[in-house]
Amino acid sequence: MTQTITAAAAPTKPVARTRARRVRRLTGRDRIVLAFMVGVPTLIQAVLIWIPTLLSIGLSFTRWNGLAVSDIRPAGLTNYRFAVKDYPPFWPAVEHNLIWLGFLALVATPIGLLLAVLLDQNIRGSRIYQSIFFTPVMLSLVLVGIIWQLIYARDEGLLNNVLGTAGHPNAVDWFGDPHVNLWAALVATAWRHAGYIMVLYLAGLKGIDPSLREAAAIDGANARQTFFRVVFPAMRPINIVVVVITLIEALRAFDIVYVINHGTNGLELLSVLVIQNLVGEGQVIGVGSALAVILLVVSLIPIVTYLIRTFRRADG
Amino acid sequence: MIAKRRYGTHVFLIVMSAMWLLPLLWTLYTSLRPKAATDRYGYWSLRGPFNLHNFTDAWTQGSLPTYFVNSIYITVPSVLLTLGLASMMAFAVSRFTWKFNVTLLIMFTAGNMLPPQVLAAPLFEMFKHTPLPYSLSTSGSLLDTYYAVIAVEVAFQLGFCTFVLSNYMKALPSELTEAALVDGASVWRQYSRIIMPLSRPALAALGTLQVIWLYNDFFWPLLFIQTGARLPITTGVNSLQGQFLMNYNLIAAGATITVIPTLVIYLALQRHFVAGLTLGASKG
Repeated sequence: MTQTITAAAAPTKPVARTRARRVRRLTGRDRIVLAFMVGVPTLIQAVLIWIPTLLSIGLSFTRWNGLAVSDIRPAGLTNYRFAVKDYPPFWPAVEHNLIWLGFLALVATPIGLLLAVLLDQNIRGSRIYQSIFFTPVMLSLVLVGIIWQLIYARDEGLLNNVLGTAGHPNAVDWFGDPHVNLWAALVATAWRHAGYIMVLYLAGLKGIDPSLREAAAIDGANARQTFFRVVFPAMRPINIVVVVITLIEALRAFDIVYVINHGTNGLELLSVLVIQNLVGEGQVIGVGSALAVILLVVSLIPIVTYLIRTFRRADG
Repeated sequence: MIAKRRYGTHVFLIVMSAMWLLPLLWTLYTSLRPKAATDRYGYWSLRGPFNLHNFTDAWTQGSLPTYFVNSIYITVPSVLLTLGLASMMAFAVSRFTWKFNVTLLIMFTAGNMLPPQVLAAPLFEMFKHTPLPYSLSTSGSLLDTYYAVIAVEVAFQLGFCTFVLSNYMKALPSELTEAALVDGASVWRQYSRIIMPLSRPALAALGTLQVIWLYNDFFWPLLFIQTGARLPITTGVNSLQGQFLMNYNLIAAGATITVIPTLVIYLALQRHFVAGLTLGASKG
């Protein structure tokens, strides 16, 4: 991957000039074809992604019941004030999103990295191990939720049966008890997340120039030093992708808590609060949109960081 | 390499593998036992009988065949449209230089990374207020139609696919299309006869990845589809939990059936799937 970047970066200037000339050199019919190739996807993006994002921001400053468009009333900052001050699940949701991020960043992602490092050595059965750890990645989070329900159910689940508490009145209901269900859901999420990170790091480790390790070995570095001082820093591009993926997954978390209990009773997350305010009886689009905008602003931090890093380099 | 200290690694990996497989094996095991047997001996028991009745029951009672067909209706057009449109856009931004090509590529990539919930309210209202003739939609609007789901899935995946394909196409030597241009080949010909055939590995990887992602998507059908019989499998299988209340054997069978298509695709096209996941990341 590093080769692609350097290869693309080196001849940028002359290539750009010849290509720029080339566009002007195109015939009328070619220009129409090119305009179509760019126009259709751009129109789709504009209508279904960019304009709705702007509308979300707009709606967050209004009061609306979602019926007739003429019923939309300006509301200033009321929705934001309500969400932050008077909406009981707001701060718990923020806290849960932070815990979600912390758990993915400090537990699930390091497990994925550890598995990749172990499997990158030429150990016997590496392919089989990889397939096993990777299997949950192709499952939907809905299925992850359902499968772990079979583990966590109070009387029927595997966990309480192994612990010997199944059937007792004080047995823990892992997905139901608001003191533990967030952690139970995180374990299930980590089961899938770690395999994903493992695959990314396996690709990253394969891209490491073997001479780097040899040089470190000649300099007398042990395995640990070689990894932390040489290999890990050399995987910087992958590290950035992993950080961004971990951040975004923590903000996007929705499916699994929605499957467990619609994101209530200990499993409130910002993404779920947005939806709870948009559908159902108490439809308050203004408040839902204000929450969506808060989610948007937080998400833009990793998105913009990633884009700056990626495209600054691609432009050379 | 020397085999020193590998025993510890193997023990660790075997323990981790067992932990990773346990939920899957437990699901399979539960699904093979009739409800009567688990009622009698409990779930934590090795007592038989074992049979496939839960699978046939889940298949017929849980309207799984309908859900599967619905998933095909959504997944196939979405993947084809996404790859078609993304490859055209990627071709235009990577093989030609014009004023806004990098800006557009950045905007495309950014769109794909947004949490979908940010767009939920405006899209829902836009579709609700878009009238359609009743011959096309029973709701009289775009809500509750596959068009709505397909359109949003395509829009959401377009950014990622354009990004990956443009990186791939940029790495193809520029002499290829320059030579074609000298020979008088049109833009369309360069795209369809030169760039697309050469991009086949990237298209295969992305196609596999997209099929699995769209099959697994829960949120957009949940938001737009209101008629239960129109839900795709991933959204539909969630309703089994309510339908088969407390019958974990049937739920386990339903979950197992739902995994089978992804498992088949994964086993057949594992290389492409993994390549697709890392394609997007390798250009960080």
